[in-house]
Amino acid sequence: MASQVIRNAFRRQQISKSFVKNPNVTRILTSPFTTSSDSSSSSDDSSPPSFPITATLFPGDGIGPEIAESVKKVLTTADVPIEWEEHFVGHTVDPRTQSFLTWESLESVRRNKVGLKGPMATPIGKGHRSLNLTLRKELGLYANVRPCYSLPGYKTRYDDVNLVTIRENTEGEYSGLEHQVVRGVVESLKIITRQASLRVAEYAFLYAKTHGRKRVSAIHKANIMRKTDGLFLECCREVAKKYPEIVYEEVIIDNCCMMLVKNPALFDVLVMPNLYGDIISDLCAGLVGGLGLTPSCNIGEHGIALAEAVHGSAPDIAGMNMANPTALLLSAVMMLKHLKLTDKADMIHAAIIKTIADGKYRTADLGGSSSTTDFTKAICGNLNF
Amino acid sequence: MARRSLPILKQLLQRSSSESSSLLNPSIVGGGLLGTRYEPKRSVTYMPRPGDGTPRAVTLIPGDGIGPLVTGAVEQVMEAMHAPIYFEKFEVHGDMPKVPDEVMESIKKNKVCLKGGLATPVGGGVSSLNVELRKELDLFASLVNCFNLPGLATRHENVDIVVIRENTEGEYAGLEHEVVDGVVESLKVITKFCSERIAKYAFEYAYLNNRKKVTAVHKANIMKLADGLFLESCREVAKKYPGIQYNEIIVDNCCMQLVSKPEQFDVMVTPNLYGNLVANTAAGIAGGTGVMPGGNVGADHAIFEQGASAGNVGKIELVEQKKANPTALLLSSAMMLRHLQFPSFADRLECAVMRVVSEGKYRTKDLGGTSTTQEVVDAVIDVLA
Repeated sequence: MASQVIRNAFRRQQISKSFVKNPNVTRILTSPFTTSSDSSSSSDDSSPPSFPITATLFPGDGIGPEIAESVKKVLTTADVPIEWEEHFVGHTVDPRTQSFLTWESLESVRRNKVGLKGPMATPIGKGHRSLNLTLRKELGLYANVRPCYSLPGYKTRYDDVNLVTIRENTEGEYSGLEHQVVRGVVESLKIITRQASLRVAEYAFLYAKTHGRKRVSAIHKANIMRKTDGLFLECCREVAKKYPEIVYEEVIIDNCCMMLVKNPALFDVLVMPNLYGDIISDLCAGLVGGLGLTPSCNIGEHGIALAEAVHGSAPDIAGMNMANPTALLLSAVMMLKHLKLTDKADMIHAAIIKTIADGKYRTADLGGSSSTTDFTKAICGNLNF
Repeated sequence: MARRSLPILKQLLQRSSSESSSLLNPSIVGGGLLGTRYEPKRSVTYMPRPGDGTPRAVTLIPGDGIGPLVTGAVEQVMEAMHAPIYFEKFEVHGDMPKVPDEVMESIKKNKVCLKGGLATPVGGGVSSLNVELRKELDLFASLVNCFNLPGLATRHENVDIVVIRENTEGEYAGLEHEVVDGVVESLKVITKFCSERIAKYAFEYAYLNNRKKVTAVHKANIMKLADGLFLESCREVAKKYPGIQYNEIIVDNCCMQLVSKPEQFDVMVTPNLYGNLVANTAAGIAGGTGVMPGGNVGADHAIFEQGASAGNVGKIELVEQKKANPTALLLSSAMMLRHLQFPSFADRLECAVMRVVSEGKYRTKDLGGTSTTQEVVDAVIDVLA
């Protein structure tokens, strides 16, 4: 806690300096001082933002730049009033973030409140934090939202999937607190707090309400972990009472796995602690065709939303114009929805679905032979103004 | 032993032959369709030691929910087969504060137990009896065999996975406390000793059953120390079995792969919680928890039960309508017969169950039929006769 306070103070000092010397930022737009980053902590989500919108873009590594290019092209063609601030992962560890991500990059997201992120590969080695962990911790990204739905026309074993997984993203099993008690005995701590559980539950119900969903299932293992998962459930129940129109149920994680693979149509919105969320969200992605097709969005403190493609950076096909941009495109759609640009979002979404359903232009991972650029062009061609 | 067992054997044979006439009533079994005698084709070159036919006592815990129904099915089938075992039956329920002493004593004496599910109440201040049994008897390995049953159509084909799960430590250590109000922590404990012995068991199993590959499931990218220790132990053991392929997979990816390409997996070895999830997912894709056999085994004792979901005892309607699927527990008891070195009984039972499932005339609701438990049992007994 104390360290956060110190860091906050430190951050305020840094802001003014940071824009002067900034090696990793390609600034496309605007003076940095137009928006004040820390004063607006009580953000207003309900009103549509002023135009044009500035959003941070992390193209990422490997195939990242190619698919980011695709997203930019589609959004430009669709005439979305958005300006990108591109940031790349640095080559040296920034001591302020203990990571390859620079303070300026994080500051950009904090200022813009929206961002889109391609795949990032954390370099192997010690003395730095993983890139995703840095983003999560520094931006307070507490909820990870992944809608999973069967894409019409792309055949998998499951064609009746339409669910959303919402994962608590800051604590639980991923607290990073581990130690060796004696030689050969290791302890790892799982932390569940009332504050974080309430926050994610609150978001889950709000999401369900605003997206017209009927049911929220809390996934847990409280029969074994009575206190930790018990607390999580307690928080969910508390929030559920405020939303009488939404059906609330509790499902034990192992049973949930079984039900998901037998009949995924049983679920609507799922809310869960960190590890379960990690596993279930990937399992659901597997149901509809893999991480290459599933979008994801992280919700942070003060209304920050960072949409991301959760697949790997695929260094083996990087630069070969073969990558499938669908996940990042769908993530961009989620971002637009978050910005209340619903019309544009729906238009782009429909174009993506149509292109995949037509089956004429598909990338190699979906059994086609189209290049990334052809696929992108096809989507642009399917945009229905 | 021999002197005492002779009358028991006599009693077993007499009791069943007198009752078998009523069981074989043709009006129940529905004409001649299943009336043809079915003999498994196995060239048993098995030479028992003198006295191996001695009836063995087995502790029976019917348990909660569907438990009494499916254990009842096993009792009937065993009787019809004249299997050389007799049950010592104990009433145990999930809401008891602990497993009664006489039950523990019985299992310790008999070494083998057959058990229906025991409900684990969520958050009721009672600890799980399933976990207590495992800990008390040091049943460190849980084994679930997930495979496609011939004739039973599922979304996935070529599934034949054995999940071997560490059963005594990890997330199930039961060490939890509230640090301050609203902050709870739970300890996950991984020890070298337990990791090593489960790894050894997994490779030994693979070796004895002519399996080609062992996959270790982990989350060592996040829990570097705890799951790292588990992996390290697996790697060490793997070196001693050069004929068996060894690989590692992260648990979230594992679940995704399971639902998309399950044929790539053979034997899986996992820490406690992941094993629970993986086993249920694998069971789900192969046909559901109602058909997958399994058990828990330690150095001295073994408990056989429905493969996945020991704590899931089915819905009330299922119990009231008496329509629970006995297949899983029947296959588990075939495993038990083999464990007790009655291989030909095990073969007969397995073949009979498989045949009833593949013929598809008597199937319970979870397999797309409408039969009751008793109808399935009668069909099995009829094939056995």
